[in-house]
Parts: sequence; C-alpha cells; structure tokens
Amino acid sequence: MSLFYFVALLSIFFALMVIFAKNPVHSVLYLIITFFTFTIHYILLNAQFLAVVNFIVYMGAILVLFLHVLMYMNLNNEGSEMKSMLMKVSGLIAGMCLLVTLVGSMKTLAVSDPVNLQDADLGLVKNLGKVLFSEFLLPFEVSSILLLSAMVGAVLLAKKEPKSI
Amino acid sequence: MELAFVIEKFVLITVVFVLTLLVAMYSTLAERKIAGFLQDRVGPNRAGPFGILQPLADGAKMFFKEEIIPTESNRFLFIAGPSLAILTACIGSAVIPWGQKLTFGDYVVDLQVTDINVGILYIFGVVSLGVYGVMIGGWASNNKFSLMGAIRAASQNISYEIPMGLSIIALLMVTGTLSLKEISEQQSGFVNWNIWYQPLGFLIFLICAFAETNRTPFDLPECETELVGGYHTEYSSMKLGFYLFAEYINMFVSSAVMATLYFGGYNFPFMYDLGLSENWITIIGVIMLFAKIFFFIFFFMWVRWTIPRFRYDQLMNLGWKVLIPLAIANIVLTGIVITVKDLL
Amino acid sequence: MLYLPDISNRMEVQSTPVNYLPIIFQILVALGFAVGTMVVTHMIGPKRRTAEKLTPFESGIEVIGNARQPFSIKYFLVAILFVLFDVEVIFMYPWAVNFRELGLDGMIQMFIFMGTLLLGFIYIIKKKALDWE
Repeated sequence: MSLFYFVALLSIFFALMVIFAKNPVHSVLYLIITFFTFTIHYILLNAQFLAVVNFIVYMGAILVLFLHVLMYMNLNNEGSEMKSMLMKVSGLIAGMCLLVTLVGSMKTLAVSDPVNLQDADLGLVKNLGKVLFSEFLLPFEVSSILLLSAMVGAVLLAKKEPKSI
Repeated sequence: MELAFVIEKFVLITVVFVLTLLVAMYSTLAERKIAGFLQDRVGPNRAGPFGILQPLADGAKMFFKEEIIPTESNRFLFIAGPSLAILTACIGSAVIPWGQKLTFGDYVVDLQVTDINVGILYIFGVVSLGVYGVMIGGWASNNKFSLMGAIRAASQNISYEIPMGLSIIALLMVTGTLSLKEISEQQSGFVNWNIWYQPLGFLIFLICAFAETNRTPFDLPECETELVGGYHTEYSSMKLGFYLFAEYINMFVSSAVMATLYFGGYNFPFMYDLGLSENWITIIGVIMLFAKIFFFIFFFMWVRWTIPRFRYDQLMNLGWKVLIPLAIANIVLTGIVITVKDLL
Repeated sequence: MLYLPDISNRMEVQSTPVNYLPIIFQILVALGFAVGTMVVTHMIGPKRRTAEKLTPFESGIEVIGNARQPFSIKYFLVAILFVLFDVEVIFMYPWAVNFRELGLDGMIQMFIFMGTLLLGFIYIIKKKALDWE
C-alpha cells in the first residue's frame, strides 16, 4: 500500500510539472514520465495488458503525436502570453466551474473497495480477450466505426482538395 | 522479497548489459571489416592485431572530444535527446530469454532477466519509445537539417511500427502467447521454428526491423547527401557516440528478437537426442542463440553495403501501401489456414 | 504439409507484478550508464568555445532564421493515422492470443472489425493522403 502512495505521489508531482514547465517540449517529457507512473499503477493492480497498452498507445503513440504538433509549430514568439484581461477573467471563471463540478461529483461518490476485484487475473491478456469477445463484443465492433470516422476526419482536415480551374 | 532474488537479477542484468555493450562495440569494428571485405579493402588493421583494439580507440576518442552545445539550442533537451536514445536502446533486452535454466548445486538461475506475460508487447513499446531520442535531439539542436532529419526519422519509425505490429499478430495466432519464454520453448528442435509457419510474417518483420533501427536502405534520417548529418548534425563527443551506439545496440536487440521469435531462440536441432546434461544443453543453447544473432547482425551489414538508399516517397509507399496490406493478408491467410486445420 | 504445434493442453504461466521489478532495475542500470558517461565526458573533454563554433551548422554560410518554423502537414497526417492504426493493432492482440479458443466465430468478428478499418484505409489511399509529391 505504501508503494501505491509513493507512485501516486510521483504521478501527481510529474503531472504538476507538466503544467508548470515553461517550455512545451519539457511539458511533453514530463507527461511521458507521468504516463510511465500510470503504467506502474496498472501493473500494481495486476492489469498487465492495460499497463502495456498504456505504455504503447499513450507513451509511444499519442505523445509522439503531441511532440509532432509542437515541432511543427512556430515557437519563436516568446512574448505571446495572453495579456488581455478578458482572457484571464474567462479562464478564472472556467477554472472555478471545473472546481465546483469536481467537488460536487466528489460528494456523490461512494467509497468502493479497490482491492476487491472479482477476478484477480482479469487483467491478463488471455482472460481479457475472452471477455472482450463475448460480453463486450458490440462496443468492440462499434469502436471500429469510431476509428473509421476518426480516420476520415483526419484526412478531410489535413488534405486540401485539388483546386479545379 | 529475498535478497538473493535482487542480487541474482542485478548480476544477470549487469552481465546482459556488458554483453550488449561489447557486442555493440565490436559490431562497429565488424561493420568496417565487412565493408572493407565487400569493397575489396582491408579495413581497420592498425590498432592491435587485426584491429581488434579499434573500438576501444574509437570509444576513448569519443570521451576526449570537445562537447559542443550550440548557443541557439535548448540545452536541457539537447542533452536529454541522446540520453533517451541510449536508454530506450538498453532496456529492450530485459525480456529476451538468453537460455534455459542453469543449475548450480540446488540453486537454479533462469537465463532471462524477467519473463512477463506481455513480453512481445513490452519490446514493441520500447521500440515505439525509441523515436523520442531522435525527435527531441533533432528539435533541440535548432538546426534546419537536424529538424528535417528528426521529422523524417519520426515519420519513418511510426510508419513501420504498424506493419511490425501486424506481423507479430500473425505470429501470435500461431503461438497463442505473448511470453517470449513460452514462444522459445514451443520451438524446440528444428521443425517447430516459427519461420516455417510465418515466412511472410518474418519477411515483413525483417524489413520493419531495418526501418526501426534506421539502417540502410532506410537510413534517410541521416542521409548525408541531403541532410548533412541528419538529426545528429550538431552533436559531438559522447552525445554523438550515444546516437551511433544506440543504433548498434538496437541492431543487436532486434537481431535477438528475430532469432527468438522466428528462429527458435536458444533451441538447436537434436538438442535432446545427444544425451547431454541439462547445463550443457543450456550453454550450447546460449551459444546457438548468439550464433543466430551474429548471423542477423552480419545480414544487417551485408544489406547496408549492397543496397542503395530509398527515396522518401518510395519509403513511405513501401511502408503504407505494400507492407500494411501484405501484413493484413498474412493475418487473414494464417487465420484461415489454422481454422481449416482445426476443423478438419 | 503444415504442422502446427499443439498448444491446447499447455500450462498457463502467470506473471505477477513482481516480475516487472527487474525491468525497473534494468532501467536504473541503463539510466546510470547514460548519466555517468555524460558526466565523465563532460569533465574530461576540452572546452574552447568561440562564437562561430557555437552557431548552428548551415553548410558554412550565414545562418538565416532558425529551425522553429511551421512544417508540412503531411508528416502530421502520418502521425495521426499512425495513432489510429496503432489502436487497431492493440485491439487485435487479445484476439490473436485467444485465436484458437475463439475459433471461427472469433475470426468472423475480427474480420468485421478489420473490414471496417480496411474501408478507412482504402479511403486514405483513394484520397491520396499518403502520396508524396
């Protein structure tokens, strides 16, 4: 249990570093470490497949995408901090709204027993596959449509139609 | 947890680590010797007999060179780039089974750092992290050549990861497990090697391994005719050394993975028919695994000095329009063959 | 004749979280190696800094601007498609491991999944999103 608190502390620390880092590329590096601590959390819960999925998809794919985006941007103009008062006030209001929502939802939460898994080995690949292809077959097939629409959307956004003269 | 477990693992990790570094060091010499052989030259032969001290001389040179950190660059990231590259190269070997069990009296040592349920996926994940070192180093240099090299490297690596993952899936359909230890054990003898069931999958995996290690013909990130030095244009001293060294370590690890996944790992023909004791089988198995690895390393070098570099559009077309459909066809084919066979 | 290894009555080997500890050890060793080497080479290397030496290399001519500039969207498209296909590949692992047990039903289910994504792939190719002029 103390191990959990140690890793959780690390997660929170690096997550805060993501926010406080001035350079966006540093932020991405800290985010990688944060996701790595999440991977450790999954392993501690014996969710081994989820751990490695987190490792591959989040650390290896999505953050690569983030880094790509940062690399293509023009990060030269250092003085482009938001100075207008309107932005600051609206940011404050939005942050407060989020805080209220979080606190409100925290109050309705029931405390669950995290250790009491129905099947301790559910997180292993084989068992996960069996569940995925029986109970959760429909969500699985629907997710393929989600991926398809994401693909089409990405192509539509990034690809300009050739202009006809 | 027992102290013995921790000590055993640390000793094993250190041995694997030192071996990895040694193999990577001597790969540099082997590369130059093989290049010399293929081009009808002698290759390095001044440092020690047959030049066997050459890697040490090269290493020492890297240490004693001046560190150059350009003023325009981002200092922290400039150092972090090569460190990440070597870090990701070094951790991949943790799940490779180097051999069976060695018995000392009543103490049994498993010649694998760790056997986890998701072994292949761990390697897959480490490979996908490999792109960070190149990207961050290239971006931090604040040099146009470096940035181009880094972006090319990143796009190339991520493009070839998909056919690599798909080729592994076809393999998993045959083996039914993700643990590298189990996959090795299933391939005992010679006829059980996965290469006989997955020849197409192996070919795809091999091509992707070339692309992931940035070896010729896929070395566009450091294509010197277009990009000076590619992503490591601005690097000097040991930071450059790390990048170059990471490539050789990656080559070693991917050779080991290929040998384990498709060529039986530590298994060799007639291993149980010769009446050898278990320890001897293990030792010969380790030697056989390294023989396979050295063959693949030789193959990497052979290809490098034989085949010219791709053009960038050819590279992308090969990855997306040839390898991905081929890998999917391989999965479908494997699926149908196994299902029909199980129904009969 | 194709011969497949018999995997039906194989013992299931379970790894526990403890099995992941050596990976942390290995990361520590590799990190120690990287940091140690960096520090040593920083200490023993010569340092003769001049302003010209520390400018970015641009084939010997005056440096124009810097490398923090917008870049072609093509590479971004490759990255985003990679993420999508990576997720698809990940979905296939639990299926591939259970392939023998799931049998024909599992195969048809997976082929439907793959077929949908193949449609997307064909769309990408037809749109020439991955063509490099």
